[in-house]
Amino acid sequence: MARAVTPRRKLINTLVAWAIGLLIFFPILWIIVLSFKSEGDAIRTPIKVLTSAWTLDSYAVVQERSDYFKHFSNSVILAVGSTLLGVIVAVPAAWSMAFVPSDRTRGILMWMLSTKMLPAVGVLYPIYLLFIQLGILDTRIGLVMVLMLINLPIIVWMLYTYFREIPGEILEAARMDGASLREEVMYVLTPMAVPGIASTVLLNVILAWNEAFWTLNLTAAKAAPLTAFIASYSSPEGLFYAKLSAASVMAIAPILIMGWFSQKQLVRGLTFGAVK
Amino acid sequence: MLLRNALRAATAMSLIAAGAAQAENLVIATVNNGDMIRMQGLTEDFTEKTGHTVEWVTLEENVLRQRVTTDITTKGGAFDIMTIGMYETPIWGANGWLVALDDLSADYNVDDILPAMRGGLSHDGTLYAAPFYGESSMIMYRTDLMEKAGLEMPDAPTWEFIREAAAAMTDRDADINGICLRGKAGWGEGGAFITAMSNSFGARWFDMDWNAQFDTQPWKDTLEFFVGMMNESGPAGYATNGFNENLSLFQQGKCGMWIDATVAASFVTNPDDSTVADSVGFALAPDNGLGKRSNWLWAWALGIPAGSQKVDAAKEFIEWATSTGYIELVAENEGWANVPPGARTSLYENENYKDIPFAKMTLESILTADPNNSTVEESPYVGVQFAAIPEFAGIATEVSQEFSAVYAGQQTVDEALEKAQALTNDAMEAAGYR
Repeated sequence: MARAVTPRRKLINTLVAWAIGLLIFFPILWIIVLSFKSEGDAIRTPIKVLTSAWTLDSYAVVQERSDYFKHFSNSVILAVGSTLLGVIVAVPAAWSMAFVPSDRTRGILMWMLSTKMLPAVGVLYPIYLLFIQLGILDTRIGLVMVLMLINLPIIVWMLYTYFREIPGEILEAARMDGASLREEVMYVLTPMAVPGIASTVLLNVILAWNEAFWTLNLTAAKAAPLTAFIASYSSPEGLFYAKLSAASVMAIAPILIMGWFSQKQLVRGLTFGAVK
Repeated sequence: MLLRNALRAATAMSLIAAGAAQAENLVIATVNNGDMIRMQGLTEDFTEKTGHTVEWVTLEENVLRQRVTTDITTKGGAFDIMTIGMYETPIWGANGWLVALDDLSADYNVDDILPAMRGGLSHDGTLYAAPFYGESSMIMYRTDLMEKAGLEMPDAPTWEFIREAAAAMTDRDADINGICLRGKAGWGEGGAFITAMSNSFGARWFDMDWNAQFDTQPWKDTLEFFVGMMNESGPAGYATNGFNENLSLFQQGKCGMWIDATVAASFVTNPDDSTVADSVGFALAPDNGLGKRSNWLWAWALGIPAGSQKVDAAKEFIEWATSTGYIELVAENEGWANVPPGARTSLYENENYKDIPFAKMTLESILTADPNNSTVEESPYVGVQFAAIPEFAGIATEVSQEFSAVYAGQQTVDEALEKAQALTNDAMEAAGYR
């Protein structure tokens, strides 16, 4: 039976939730505010948010100086491409672990997750040399592969969690009806797991979009995505806070909007299996 | 007739083809600062003159350093030209990682490059990167506050004078700090400042056998003086202040003096951004009467990675970007105050540039810094605010973290120096110097 919540308690919960939400959102809000200020006003302490002039100058400069759409299209290709490729590889892997587990399945899952704990810089040189040998340095295909591989453990884990919620009897029934393994995965398992796959895709698009180590280190002029676009406005010797903020807003806006519209799926995806 | 037309067409086609074969697309890695961004805006001039096109990869200084180091050590070939500093150039040149710039055209006039810059960007007398702009460090001070304090800034002050002046200019109620200096950890941030300052106190990083020297009195004097002065007259939280934080404070009128890069002079005198633009004076970085001042020397320079497939086109670009012609191009488009400073002698002989208020002091600061003889006692390394050895960046970052902990009040000067001594000796031993 659900516990009764008093109006007072509800009010406190609401206020606390709003306070936490605002606290988390504050850095983004601050970046948005600074992006509409002049460089002089952006560094003034304390900043006069409402009284200082609002301007679009920084956006104009960023537009003039950088090819935003080239970086944007690279980000889209890398994020979507690596995620889709990851899902194609992860669905069969998650299927086998969820429905045909072996004694080592748990160990393999833990090992896959442990690769995420390796500091990326530790393998920078080997991967860089591999990219040179394969001739894929500063190419989108090379980065799609790397981003897919670094996010693969998360994709497999998420899909594995969803697949475990699907009764194995349904798949057995499909087999009894003569479905091949491919048909079982394609026409029975995948349609039932669409919500789970959708939230996995959304989360991994966000992760790939925000990835900044490999996308900075393996690109130069051709395949650089929006992370490199932001990095080009940071400087320890010279004040570019307003321009850096404008570039950051332009880089995060698409993913922020996507996250806003898909928040239900994202929350569902992140909490799936947590409560039975 | 038909044959003649065919021949003409063939000739035209071959000329176009030859032109197309020569025209290259250069990928240039560079650092994000005002001078470099200005250069990107003027690249069209280079393309018009040579036919070569340019793609820029602009990165924050530390990211750039990591990026180009990875590429050059693996012979990645991602960049045709790299923007590198005075620290990397002699090391990379010695390793054979850079193309020697020993055959630049006569028009380029390589002898016009300031000797200090040329020396710092060479190895065994061979130039490996051409300076795009150079900088030293100097004192920028508020003339109105100095006058109010009843003091007059000498052209070449001592540290004692600076400390007294800082105390006299400090007005905590009015939120004015007598002096703002870098305390932020990082070999290129607070580490650069304290190393340059230590030179004037008679300190050095290593003796001639590569033993660390943090257990010597000059280092103790340097740190104690710095901490004492900053506690008396510096801004709160100076342990985390770097160039940008101090620039912001100075521009808002919250610093009486600021000792930092000479390129900052154009920022603090720019009325669009600085509230104190019309009351800024300049002086040489202080000394202690030991024959060495506390100014550093740095240059952002353009170098070509060895093994590049586009060496000729890259050299053409470097000649264009670091020439007197480029300086005139910037002056024509953006004014003389915005030309890249500190690289060429002829700039300081130019009548138009002599009117710029900070030009004279910038040149004098650059000329008084000698990377080959930066310390009072003899030292085995090249460099003023760094030692040009590959291990220095890692060691100096750790040492500067220890020093920043002192500035933040987390440990004593003695504790920091003891740790610095131990970690430096350990690293040098591991690297085979000792």
